[in-house]
Amino acid sequence: MHPIVKLVAQRLALGLLLLFAASILIFAGTSILPGDVAQQILGQSATPEALENLRRELGLNEPAITRYFSWLGGVMQGDLGTALTNGRDIAESLGTRLSNTLFLAFWAAVIAVPLAITLGLLAVRYKDRWPDKVISAVTLTTISIPEFMIGYVLIFFLSIQLPQLINGMEFLSDGVRNWMLSNLRFSSVALMNDSMTLIEKIKSITLPIMVLTLVVLAHMMRMTRAAILNVMQSAYIETAELKGLGMLKIIRKHAFPNAIAPIVNVVMINLAYLVVGVVVVEVVFAYPGMGQYLVDHVAKRDIPVVQACGLIFAAVYIGLNLVADIVSILANPRLRHPK
Amino acid sequence: MTDVLLKVRGLKIGATIYPPGEKSREIEIVHGVDFDLAPGKVLGLIGESGAGKSTIGLASMAYGRGGVEITGGTVEVNGRDILSSGLRDVRRLRGAEVTYVSQSAAASFNPAKQIMEQVTEAAIFQNKFSKKEAEERAVELFRKLGLPDPENIGSRYPHQVSGGQLQRCMTALALCPQPDLVVFDEPTTALDVTTQIDVLAAIKEAIHDTGVAALYITHDLAVVAQVSDHIMVLQQGAMVEYGTTDQIINAPKEEYTKALVSVRSIDHEEKQPTDTPVLKVENITARYKGTDFDVLKNISVELHPGQTLAVVGESGSGKSTLARVITGLLPPSQGKITFDGRELTPDLPTRPLEDLRELQMIYQMADTAMNPRQTVGTIIGRPLEFYFGLKGAEKQKRIQELLDEIELGDGFQDRYPAELSGGQKQRVCIARALAAKPKLIICDEVTSALDPLVADGILKLLLNLQKIEDVAYLFITHDLATVRAIADSIAVMFQGEVVRYGPKSQVLSPPFDDYTDLLLSSVPEMKLGWLEDVIANRKMESAGN
Repeated sequence: MHPIVKLVAQRLALGLLLLFAASILIFAGTSILPGDVAQQILGQSATPEALENLRRELGLNEPAITRYFSWLGGVMQGDLGTALTNGRDIAESLGTRLSNTLFLAFWAAVIAVPLAITLGLLAVRYKDRWPDKVISAVTLTTISIPEFMIGYVLIFFLSIQLPQLINGMEFLSDGVRNWMLSNLRFSSVALMNDSMTLIEKIKSITLPIMVLTLVVLAHMMRMTRAAILNVMQSAYIETAELKGLGMLKIIRKHAFPNAIAPIVNVVMINLAYLVVGVVVVEVVFAYPGMGQYLVDHVAKRDIPVVQACGLIFAAVYIGLNLVADIVSILANPRLRHPK
Repeated sequence: MTDVLLKVRGLKIGATIYPPGEKSREIEIVHGVDFDLAPGKVLGLIGESGAGKSTIGLASMAYGRGGVEITGGTVEVNGRDILSSGLRDVRRLRGAEVTYVSQSAAASFNPAKQIMEQVTEAAIFQNKFSKKEAEERAVELFRKLGLPDPENIGSRYPHQVSGGQLQRCMTALALCPQPDLVVFDEPTTALDVTTQIDVLAAIKEAIHDTGVAALYITHDLAVVAQVSDHIMVLQQGAMVEYGTTDQIINAPKEEYTKALVSVRSIDHEEKQPTDTPVLKVENITARYKGTDFDVLKNISVELHPGQTLAVVGESGSGKSTLARVITGLLPPSQGKITFDGRELTPDLPTRPLEDLRELQMIYQMADTAMNPRQTVGTIIGRPLEFYFGLKGAEKQKRIQELLDEIELGDGFQDRYPAELSGGQKQRVCIARALAAKPKLIICDEVTSALDPLVADGILKLLLNLQKIEDVAYLFITHDLATVRAIADSIAVMFQGEVVRYGPKSQVLSPPFDDYTDLLLSSVPEMKLGWLEDVIANRKMESAGN
């Protein structure tokens, strides 16, 4: 068997094992949460009999092991259970939420990843000169500001100030101004429903995309810069220089292919963050994604929903890191072309 | 074409150094060097490390490595001053008119790209040839350089070919754009001696066939004598002597050149074996954990008190592994080791202090074998405390005695390793080993990282100390000249086995087994035409078989 197939199979098996371990942790973690779901549903005035009945109905009196395996068995068949608070099928309500979150993450990634890598390459090309310093300064500033702050700052300038500014530009004809007003509109609320076209959806989430991009840019940019600078010390870079190649060509052709593994790793971590770490952004822009859904149900002690969300987040995290691992393996010529 | 291809006048090169704890400062490393090189000729640049050979070579491409900068003088290639031209013009020169072959092809090839792409890159980029022409040229060069399967080797990745093959690929890379000048920077130094001779012959033939001029940089005079028309001897950034190869080898004028020519001429009389060996290795077989391959196969050798056993072989032959087994770092899977009449336990932690004391080791890289934050006094004093419990004045006195023995005078006690030269560092390591009053010292390639003259000094010191202290050496080396200089008996290792073993006079006299013959005939000799003779001999032999 080709060693790569073996390595990749190994990683996949490890990923599954890890997911299994995560499911145990999630279940154990939610089991020891304080508070009683039955009490939460029925309120403080409920009678002990009513509480007891509800607990039996929900299966809360079974031993934890039994509950875990019946939960896991359901999950394996795609059944995430029903929400305690409203009796709805979790898989169904989660579906739209998850697709919204993935939609936002996807467009943020489409912009942030190429931008970060390009900025990283430029920073290497102009190392220690002003472009490098400007890139570092700006991205480090945006990563240092809390996300909600960036969100509100963008809302303030782009949703509130910008229309006023355009209105104030009286030297422009009405037609131009109206065109600008309708096209440069940044919604402070990221609405999302099925009747919207793709363009309308993207317009609706422009601000959240900008916030997320600013948040993940620095990490990926710095890592790209560091990984490529590390490779630039190699003797084969000198060989390329002595062939008369230009700096950008050397970085692109000789340095970048050897820096892929560390770059992919940091990109995947940030992609995972875009999916599981968007709670704050979703709240700021009232975006109907997974994060909000999770936060709502934690507050209500709706354990099955919390477990389902936790499991999906874990799967995303493990899955993306798995992809990073596999890409790193594939990027290594020694493994790809054994002797 | 002008009749001078490369004209260098008053070349001065400086570097910025950053001594620890001090301000950075500028130093000059090449102090005004002049030379000319005619088209199609080969000039050998020779000197010890720090002489500025590589720096001068790279200056002919207007390139300074690291913080190195060309500070003065002119370098003309094909009549154009390349130091005053802009980066764009310099880039047009590099990889087109002047190309470079580095010491380590393994590091100089991009691991992520196929060999063909890298070999043809400069020729295509510089618009010298179309992709198709360049690839045909490359295959032609692969064939000329004696690479196996020249049509397909280009589709391999660098890690898929051997070190010697990769070094030839690097030569093909340099010749592919049809340059006027190739800078060869120690192209065979990192290779085993039996590989070096083939690569050297291939390079020489390629230079001859393509009519390219070359700067051939090396520290090995015997090697440069085989390929160059003229030789320039450099010492500490200045020219010592310049002449034809014949004149430099056979009639050197300067003292320094004479010393370089006569290096490795230590005469060492072989001692007779005694009744009881100090070290007896019997039927040792060993493998590394997690592998299914024996690195050592049934090794048996003996070493007598006050004598030297040289273990010779190429990289990968198992000689350093043998040292690891004897010191207990790698327990063998079979066999036993008797030291001074008692059997040694297989692994280090179970050995009594006395065994540890009597068996010392000196390493190849003196740099990494010393704690850079300890003074020489502390380094040598440590075994005195550890094995003998010496303290205070007594310890100081002993440290001074040891420093005298290794011929380092006063004032060395308080120095740090960074303040010593390579040879001085190795001397301190020798003193540290001697401090334990050992019966046996294992010397693992102790002179390989040193310049020839310095290495000679170390060998003389070791021989002298052997007389005084009556210590035995297990001397691991790949260098046969060193073996001749120091050994009483020799074990030749090949692929984990001892293929020839006995007293020096016997091992080094015919009849030889095939491997020892190959090894001995591959050592470059300091005479003109040696390379041709050896190649011709080998061709005749293979025709006879």
